[in-house]
Amino acid sequence: MMFLLDALLAGWILSLVSGPLGSFLVWRRMAYFGDTLAHSALLGITFGLLLDINLNLAVVLCAVMLALILLALQKQQFIPSDTLLGIMAHTSLATGLVALALVGNVRIDLNGYLFGDLLAVERRDVYLLAGAAALMLALILRYWRGLLAITVNEELARVEGYPVERLRLLLMVLVALLIAGAMKIVGVLLITALLIIPAASARAWANSPARMALHASLLSMLSVLLGLSGSYWLDTPAGASIVVVAALLFVFSQLSARLVPSAMQ
Amino acid sequence: MRDYLLQLQDIHFARNQRSILQGVALDIYQGEIVTLIGPNGAGKSSLLKIALGLQKPDSGSVVRRPGLRIGYMPQKLQIPETLPLCVRDFLALARDYKPAQLPAVARRLSIEHLLDSQFSRLSGGEHQRVLLARALLASPQLLVLDEPVQGLDVGGQAELYGLIGELKSELNAGILMVSHDLHLVMAATDRVICLNQHVCCEGHPSHVSQDPSYLKLFGRQMPAQLAPYTHHHDHEHDHIHGPDCQHQHGPLAPLKPHSGPLIIKEPKA
Repeated sequence: MMFLLDALLAGWILSLVSGPLGSFLVWRRMAYFGDTLAHSALLGITFGLLLDINLNLAVVLCAVMLALILLALQKQQFIPSDTLLGIMAHTSLATGLVALALVGNVRIDLNGYLFGDLLAVERRDVYLLAGAAALMLALILRYWRGLLAITVNEELARVEGYPVERLRLLLMVLVALLIAGAMKIVGVLLITALLIIPAASARAWANSPARMALHASLLSMLSVLLGLSGSYWLDTPAGASIVVVAALLFVFSQLSARLVPSAMQ
Repeated sequence: MRDYLLQLQDIHFARNQRSILQGVALDIYQGEIVTLIGPNGAGKSSLLKIALGLQKPDSGSVVRRPGLRIGYMPQKLQIPETLPLCVRDFLALARDYKPAQLPAVARRLSIEHLLDSQFSRLSGGEHQRVLLARALLASPQLLVLDEPVQGLDVGGQAELYGLIGELKSELNAGILMVSHDLHLVMAATDRVICLNQHVCCEGHPSHVSQDPSYLKLFGRQMPAQLAPYTHHHDHEHDHIHGPDCQHQHGPLAPLKPHSGPLIIKEPKA
């Protein structure tokens, strides 16, 4: 049962950060952006193996690099943003798979990276996650007002003197960090779900940005708890079980908000 | 000479091979309201963005008085549906917000009763007053208002223009705004700049409203809305002017008296 406790702790720590960050992705319509960064994680792992550096670090670096490339490419006007994201997401995933095969002599658990391997989380990972999450939460709290200001209106924020570019970059780096952290828990293919679904559920009952972020974290923690328990008793994949629970909670939140019309702010 | 707040000189700006501004100059001084008018596509928004520093001109200089505090009221603010935000939280996002400022500003703009309302649920007039409140929270020396009365009925427009006029003297600030409707804005404006890629004419509103280039520009664009006004010109103003714009358009027709109030309205896009 101890391994389950570590998994639960890791999931809860991630939830603390994914609530606010997921809310920003929802507000800024960046769901697909998160997905694209997640898809690049495998490429990051391959680079990490090739260069023999820490795999988590490699994933973060790769995601940040991709984010910067996207930022630059979005300034051109020939290919629309969503097409560009689709191209980048699947190109980086495919390149990652091909590169991994070419590297050849390493054996990694591909399934674990694609779908998560929460039960392989060790106590050491929990400490590392806790440290990273504390840093990320501190950054989010420190720059909360600025991040919110550029989300409401970038031009107004710029005239008022907010460092818009730097705040946007901060948000991207935070998402990249979270993806590296969440990879082991839910896997590359399901990370965006853990970011987006609790935030979308929280919208139904929240009347301020801070409350929405907080509710998203709580819903995410509940999803982790129920998902892990379900996975343990029913012998289902942990990451997928968490996402299924999150989706069920989303349906409940929508229904409850419909039944109590005044709730929808 | 009074100190300028903002000085734009010989601004040129083009987008996608289409020239938008050609040699535009603009000065704004403390304690005056300058209104930019012009047809759609005249470059009003581009000029405003350049003045705000949101857009770099292709050439020309933009000089601000050092340390100038600008309050900006954007045209319309579409907050994402997914973002729950009450008016109080929206105002608190102003860069150097101090909670102590809020009561006075809220009272001045009569939005005290709206502070706990969701921003996305405001009516047109409430929305504009809240945006203006956010601009005032910057303690501005220069207020830049992009079509502040957009979406308001005539009564609401007159009221808001009246308020802007009062704010000018209360703040002793300079105000730069974009407007479609010279008639309503007249009372609250010290100087009108009629823009159509270049500055067509400039001056006191009563002067500009009589200026042939102004009349030609608006008369040609919106004949239907100008029904009560039956004046015609025989000169052309269709061609692009160079930055100097000193040539003559041929003999001007004598001005005939108005046959009714001059109401200039641009059709909604």
